[in-house]
Amino acid sequence: MTTSHALAPTTGRSPFASLVKQREVPVASALIVLVIVTTIANPLFVSPQGVKDLMLNATITVIMAVGLGTVIITNNIDLSVGSILGLVAFATGTVFNAAPGIPLVFVFLIGLAIGALLGAVNGFLVTVARVPSLVITLGMLYIYRGLNNAWAGGQQYFAGDRPAAFGRLSVDTVLGIPIITIIAVVVVVLVAIFLARTRPGRDLYAIGSDDQAARLFGIKVSKRVLTAFVLNGTLTGLAGVLYASRFNSVGATTGTGLELDIVAAAVVGGIAIFGGSGSVVGAAIGAVLLTTITSSLTALGVDKFWQQAIVGILILTAILVERIASIRTARRLRTSEATNA
Amino acid sequence: MTIDPTPPGLSPTAPVLELRGARKTFGAVVALASGSVQLRAGEINALVGENGAGKSTMVKILAGVHQPDSGDFLFDGHPIVFRSPAESKAAGVSVIYQEPTLFPDLTVAENIFVGRQPTSRFGFIDRAAMRTEARALFERLGVPIDPDRVAEGLSIADQQIIEIAKAISLDAKVLIMDEPTAALSGVEVERLFGVARALRDRGSAILFISHRFDEVFGLSDRITVMRDGAFISEHATGDVTTAEIVRAMVGRDVDQLFPKQEARVGDTVVSVDGLTRQGVFHDVSFEVRAGEIVGLAGLVGAGRTEVARAVFGIDRYDAGSVTIAGRPLPKRDPMASITAGIGFVPEDRRKQGLVMDMSVSRNTTLTLRKTLSRFGLVSARREREAAADWSSRLQVKTGSQELPVSTLSGGNQQKVVLAKWLATDPTFLIVDEPTRGIDVGTKSEVHRLISDLAGRGIAVLMISSELPEVLGMADRVLVMHEGRLTATLDRAEATAERVMHAATGSGATDLTEHAPTGTADPTGTAIPTGTASPTPTTEAAR
Repeated sequence: MTTSHALAPTTGRSPFASLVKQREVPVASALIVLVIVTTIANPLFVSPQGVKDLMLNATITVIMAVGLGTVIITNNIDLSVGSILGLVAFATGTVFNAAPGIPLVFVFLIGLAIGALLGAVNGFLVTVARVPSLVITLGMLYIYRGLNNAWAGGQQYFAGDRPAAFGRLSVDTVLGIPIITIIAVVVVVLVAIFLARTRPGRDLYAIGSDDQAARLFGIKVSKRVLTAFVLNGTLTGLAGVLYASRFNSVGATTGTGLELDIVAAAVVGGIAIFGGSGSVVGAAIGAVLLTTITSSLTALGVDKFWQQAIVGILILTAILVERIASIRTARRLRTSEATNA
Repeated sequence: MTIDPTPPGLSPTAPVLELRGARKTFGAVVALASGSVQLRAGEINALVGENGAGKSTMVKILAGVHQPDSGDFLFDGHPIVFRSPAESKAAGVSVIYQEPTLFPDLTVAENIFVGRQPTSRFGFIDRAAMRTEARALFERLGVPIDPDRVAEGLSIADQQIIEIAKAISLDAKVLIMDEPTAALSGVEVERLFGVARALRDRGSAILFISHRFDEVFGLSDRITVMRDGAFISEHATGDVTTAEIVRAMVGRDVDQLFPKQEARVGDTVVSVDGLTRQGVFHDVSFEVRAGEIVGLAGLVGAGRTEVARAVFGIDRYDAGSVTIAGRPLPKRDPMASITAGIGFVPEDRRKQGLVMDMSVSRNTTLTLRKTLSRFGLVSARREREAAADWSSRLQVKTGSQELPVSTLSGGNQQKVVLAKWLATDPTFLIVDEPTRGIDVGTKSEVHRLISDLAGRGIAVLMISSELPEVLGMADRVLVMHEGRLTATLDRAEATAERVMHAATGSGATDLTEHAPTGTADPTGTAIPTGTASPTPTTEAAR
């Protein structure tokens, strides 16, 4: 290893070097800096209760960001996730109302099934109609919301209507971690392994990178994309059930506007909006970052009105960082090729 | 012509893969009327034919992308139908397309093993094994590529090597290469051919598609000719001449491949003096006179396109000057170049020459928006008229002027690009690889067109990697090597050997000589006949 190699860092294989190159690093660093700065200004921020609140706030966004991240990796998008969450949350309230003694596991299964079904409808339309998913799921956003409105009308279900054990899921902790957060972490780990280490998972990256090429490679593109949409729907369904556990009321407008927060979380977390790269771990960290910022700005006493603008700046920064990184890579490759030639 | 002697005695073995009388229609269009080809183990079969002869359709049938409507498809003597690319791949057929289809975001190793990554227990992907296997493959091919880097930014040549590595790892019995050399430099072509020959010698059946006859004759053992969607003939490469193959391809004699008219060479239109861009090209000086075609030869990467782009004003340059009709041309100002009478037909017509989704007429009149508009609005009627006029002059074959230009064949697209520039009445036209990817018949039409333009007094600078084209068309040949002009050869002294010597930088530097100077007359008389005087507009642009 001579010093001249320092000029061509194409194969930095030391564990540290490859760690630094991970796409999750910028967002994770931002999160750490944010927590440190806020804690210095307001030590209560990392009190046991403070941390628990942070985790609870992030849980539902994390699960949804993981789901939507999977879809975005295939160069698709699902804008109807807020509406799906609303439908599932209201369905959960309805189930408890109709069958108060129902075992919780069935409630979860029903929620997951509804989510999977709604996600499958989206995926089916996208893969069969071959219309850009942006348009299809924008339509589905309104259709699902309309269904929710028609079904719920003015009806709302409140936490008091649901069994105490259900509500305790988002109160009780194990080793200081809320139960629903543990569920979210398990989801992140499972989906991350699926995407990184299984063939169907890697296929999603290939499809997002170049779907025509993927087709030529014999990858079942439609089937895989459908899978991503179903997975996203299922996870959104899970988020919907947990939403009913965590929040007091569910009704016709539950989850309205949530989709953009989730897209923001995924993008800030390093998932390329045109697919092909990024990881759900990054998306999850992005979700934590965005929810933490809101709490942090409150803790720092920043005006509420500024908070959204700051989220916007973060999104632009994330895209800028990615752009600069890709220009750098391109330049480095060009020079290394020139020197090899 | 033959680089490598054909191995004696073609194997009389039965074909591994055979297509007999395959027919494929898309709606009313017959893409393939009767396609036949035989691929034998240990043999390279070259498939030749004009664009639109049905080669691509046949390749897609072999690859499982399309299914034939009728005809026989035999694999190892048994009838077979590939219903998908996956089935074709599983049977042992690998296709390397003209533009390799790698995943830019995935690593090289992943690209090789996509869809069939080695797995350890529980079905998880074994990344270490993937990397080791990839490295072993590249070692075997003798090409060092880092398996861990992402595919984005790899040269086309390296991308093709990755495709070949993939084919080998799939144990492909049949390797189909669809115009693999279109974007490669000479060295890269040789490397690719070396790999192809090694695979053949190991018993692979290879189908090679190319428009370049020197490659076809240099590499193949057998040549299959197609025309108008049908099989025409099959030849042992050693027993046939280029002329015979061309005749079979076009169905007529193309005795005049390069119909260069004698044009009266007039005064200097453009002179480029000491043009330099650090690290790209250095001290490039030349002149182009009215009615003259100057060929700019050299290997891919020698800096030819870069010089042309700098002259036209797309890219910056650090030193030197460009003068047109006696007036200095401002740096980095393409609009001023257009007003001064320069036209630029870029190398990549799909990306830079045309707006593929726009109609033929819109594309033709793209450079004319100013003259066609009134009060800032483009008149649709005048646009149509101007477009129709140019299309008929250049004989663009299109169903309608309103069809998207992407529906035209490559040759006709090139004509639209030419029409677009001719409509601006240029005095100096730069054409960069004007016939790349265009079939033989249309090629000679494009050549005739360029020659015709020179005949009308336009000064033409033609960049071309095809030696016969340069030698056949150019009045003078400039040769570049690694950013420098290494030779200026008159038509009489320009031979393939001398150009190649200068292009590869192997001696021959004493051939460098500048074009005769002092003949330019920077008064109004320098403007060639038949074109509008650019002087008023040049002044208006200042």
